[in-house]
Amino acid sequence: MERPAWAPPGIDLSVPSVSRMYDYYLGGSHNFEVDREAARRAMEFMPGLPKIMQANRAFMRRAVRHAVDEGITQFLDIGSGIPTFGNVHEVAQAASPDARVVYVDHDPVAVAHSQAVLAGNDRATVVAADLRKPLDILTDPKTTGLLDFDRPVALLLVAVLHFLEDADEPGRAVAELRDALAPGSLLILSHASFEGIPLPEEQAGGTVGVYRSIRNPLVMRSRAEVTAFFDGFDIVEPGLVSMPHWRPEGPADQEDPYAFSGFAGVGRKA
Amino acid sequence: MMPAQASRTAAEPDGLEDRLRRFATIWSRAIFPVTATSLTRPEFEEHLLPLARSLRDALHRRPFDAAPAQHAGAALVAAHCTDTDALTRTLGVIESYLVLYCGAHGDTPAEELRARCARLQHALAGGFAQALRERTLVEQEAIARSALAARSDAQEALHATETRFRAVFEGAAIGIGIADLDGNVVEVNEALTRMFGGLESSVRRRNVSEWVHPEDAPHVWKLYGELVRGERDHYRVEKPYYRGDGTVLWTNLTVSLLRDAEGRPQYQLALMEDTTERRLLNLRLRYEATHDALTGLPNRTLFFERLDKAVSATDGSRFGLCYLDLDGFKAINDSLGHSSGDRLLVEVADRLQSVATRPGEMVARLGGDEFVALTTGPDTQTEVAELAHRILGALATPVRLDGRELTVRGSVGVVEGPAGERTSAEVLRSADITMYRAKSAGGNRYEYADPEADARAITRHGLTTALPAALERGEFFIEYQPLVHLGDGSVHGAEALVRWCHPQHGVLGPDRFIPLAEHTGLIVPLGRWVLQEAVRQARYWQTRHADGGPLRINVNLSPTQLHHPGLVADTVDVLERSGLEPGALCLEVTESALIGADEDLLKPLRQLADMGVDIALDDFGTGYSNLANLRRLPVSVLKLDRSFTQGMQRHPADPVDLKIVEGIVSLAHSLELAVTVEGVETGAQAEQLRELGCDTAQGWYYARPGAPDRIHSLVMADAVQ
Repeated sequence: MERPAWAPPGIDLSVPSVSRMYDYYLGGSHNFEVDREAARRAMEFMPGLPKIMQANRAFMRRAVRHAVDEGITQFLDIGSGIPTFGNVHEVAQAASPDARVVYVDHDPVAVAHSQAVLAGNDRATVVAADLRKPLDILTDPKTTGLLDFDRPVALLLVAVLHFLEDADEPGRAVAELRDALAPGSLLILSHASFEGIPLPEEQAGGTVGVYRSIRNPLVMRSRAEVTAFFDGFDIVEPGLVSMPHWRPEGPADQEDPYAFSGFAGVGRKA
Repeated sequence: MMPAQASRTAAEPDGLEDRLRRFATIWSRAIFPVTATSLTRPEFEEHLLPLARSLRDALHRRPFDAAPAQHAGAALVAAHCTDTDALTRTLGVIESYLVLYCGAHGDTPAEELRARCARLQHALAGGFAQALRERTLVEQEAIARSALAARSDAQEALHATETRFRAVFEGAAIGIGIADLDGNVVEVNEALTRMFGGLESSVRRRNVSEWVHPEDAPHVWKLYGELVRGERDHYRVEKPYYRGDGTVLWTNLTVSLLRDAEGRPQYQLALMEDTTERRLLNLRLRYEATHDALTGLPNRTLFFERLDKAVSATDGSRFGLCYLDLDGFKAINDSLGHSSGDRLLVEVADRLQSVATRPGEMVARLGGDEFVALTTGPDTQTEVAELAHRILGALATPVRLDGRELTVRGSVGVVEGPAGERTSAEVLRSADITMYRAKSAGGNRYEYADPEADARAITRHGLTTALPAALERGEFFIEYQPLVHLGDGSVHGAEALVRWCHPQHGVLGPDRFIPLAEHTGLIVPLGRWVLQEAVRQARYWQTRHADGGPLRINVNLSPTQLHHPGLVADTVDVLERSGLEPGALCLEVTESALIGADEDLLKPLRQLADMGVDIALDDFGTGYSNLANLRRLPVSVLKLDRSFTQGMQRHPADPVDLKIVEGIVSLAHSLELAVTVEGVETGAQAEQLRELGCDTAQGWYYARPGAPDRIHSLVMADAVQ
């Protein structure tokens, strides 16, 4: 029987969480053995996973700064996970003190941790909701209390869409969010792909298998499929590229080969 | 950034500051790949520069203090260099490059510098380890606290959910019950308990499989078995239950299978809607919709359901149908009143009911005084006759009504046959037709259906319904048969004879449709049309043959036309419009139509006669010829029926026929009536009739009925003679 919409998801700490695995990749200790065990298995196939995560954090940081440079001070970060360091609100509020940030995650532990981290920050909050139900996110009082959708918002879908299977209709979810955004809003997006990984696809596929085994399938998408998420947005320079190539602040050739896995890009709503 | 830039400008090549920066660059290059920082390389290098400076200073400070190295180790952890590789590489860089790049100035001996460098490494490692341990503990505690918080949030939400669910469960208007897969009832809500009579314990003690009811649909328990075996996720049925007190509860039951997280069947959930009241209401409505309110017999609807089933059976069975219509019921209703009529029908219904009690027999009232009795089974061939007998027998005893004895008779049409050949509508029509046949044969009898009689009746029916449209579409036309003056053989006029050019049946004579038109009343417009056409034609002939003498036109009037109040006015109107003088028109009326005619009926004829229109008495000698009556009829012509002329076809002619005709002619002439004879087929006949004194004649000897232009040519021939 399907769980009714009004019933909260249970907390099962015996099941690995992708947010806590992400924290572990980044050297954090906000994780449990079950998370580390799964992360280690994934790293057996792709030892450079932490480098991908790092590049992802770096891309996000540059993209948030770009948004602030464009005059955007409202941020909606869906799939925010465990706040480790260099989070959106830190980057954004460092650049623009009145920046407002709404984090969204469906992992109850990540949400609880975010609440603890954000305690006392009245311009940042966290909403427990699922990207599969954009309306829940957009209509949550915490979202509407902090963000003014009549003005541009930077929507961050960083390393999250690849956890939505096609059956979850990720394209529809993005479109619903897009329709709620004012013109001039930005979509900041990164996505896993077999393209760019310095490994044979069969080996990288082992990682996909690990995520499938923890019931959080990782969906690798092609460039064309990722580009489709920008429907209704004009992709800004330099386009949809590997993470280190998106507006680098130093020479990209010094980056770890793994950092070039997947795609990153920013779009502006017309 | 600003202090770094400031220090860079201050750094002269190979100066102290420049050497320090080179050390920081080497350090940064070594550990950046193993950090988790989101800083860029230049930023990270800037971040390390102060740490490098504190190490350099510590290398030279007197007295020696390793604490800054300890702080640097902790700072690395704070900068997200939590990977132990970062420590290993840092120690390697300090070992190889700190003294090399930062040891040159000052007066510390090289030996001591190496010793200090080693102690700084020990301190840095210690500081790193302690900071990492602190950070790990803090983060572990934070995540554990978050997990706990999340769990308690979830529990709270779960509790709220459960409270809500409990409220829904308890307050639901429909019955909800949960049982395990063995059928043991685990939980029921109040609504369900109420449905079962109010005692929760009596429901909770039961096992689902005990709730068998004789009226369970056959598939109910099959579906149940499939569900508890996990082969089906839900089913919906209409199911009756016995309540504790033995009464029956009817429900719309939906049963769903509840599975656990792994998809294994766990419980069955039943949702029940009490439909007992609705069902009773439906049954009553159904009864009312299928039974006759007056007699309580099944009505037309129910009868047709049964008949449909009987005639469409595929098991080789037969059916027999008796269609009963009471004889003279209208008269009873008219004379005794409707309420007496109704009581009579109730009595008849009771009697019919009592004689059709065998299995497979049913009696229904179709409406009015029409009843049907249906019998089904393998032996209906013999049974249906017995049934018809019993029906007539049931009516044989007079009905006592308000102290009088009423004799009730009926006519029954019987249809019997195998199922699967005819539709119920066809069967009923055949029975209806047959009933009418029994009635026209005198009533108080039954007749068997006969396909030919049915076909005739059906054609008759078809013609009747097609008549009005036929008149509108101009399917009728008129043929004319000349009337010949016996004295000189000249054409004296013509009789208009209407024909119907039917699209399927071809040209039909008046005998096929005039009685039908009489019956439906269409005869009035049809008759008027014939009169118009014939008069117009007569006038046309007159204008064409001014010298040929006046041509008369004979038009037939049916009994209904005779009674129609517009007869005189219509006739006058037709004559005036055409310009034909009244004396050129002869209206033929049958003798039988005038039998017993009173003055009121004769008045219009008299008016017409007064205007100069001739009235002919048609078919004279066939009915009850009241010779005495002839005097008072406004008649000027007698048309002798063809039966008299038939007797003259033989040679020599029948002397009695001759005498009769002679007598009639003599009588007619003495009453100043002209005599016309019909059916003249031979010259001998014509000669004979002329000798007998007949005035005019018509028949095939002269001409068959034909198109108007044929009359024209006959007249022309006369003129030439």
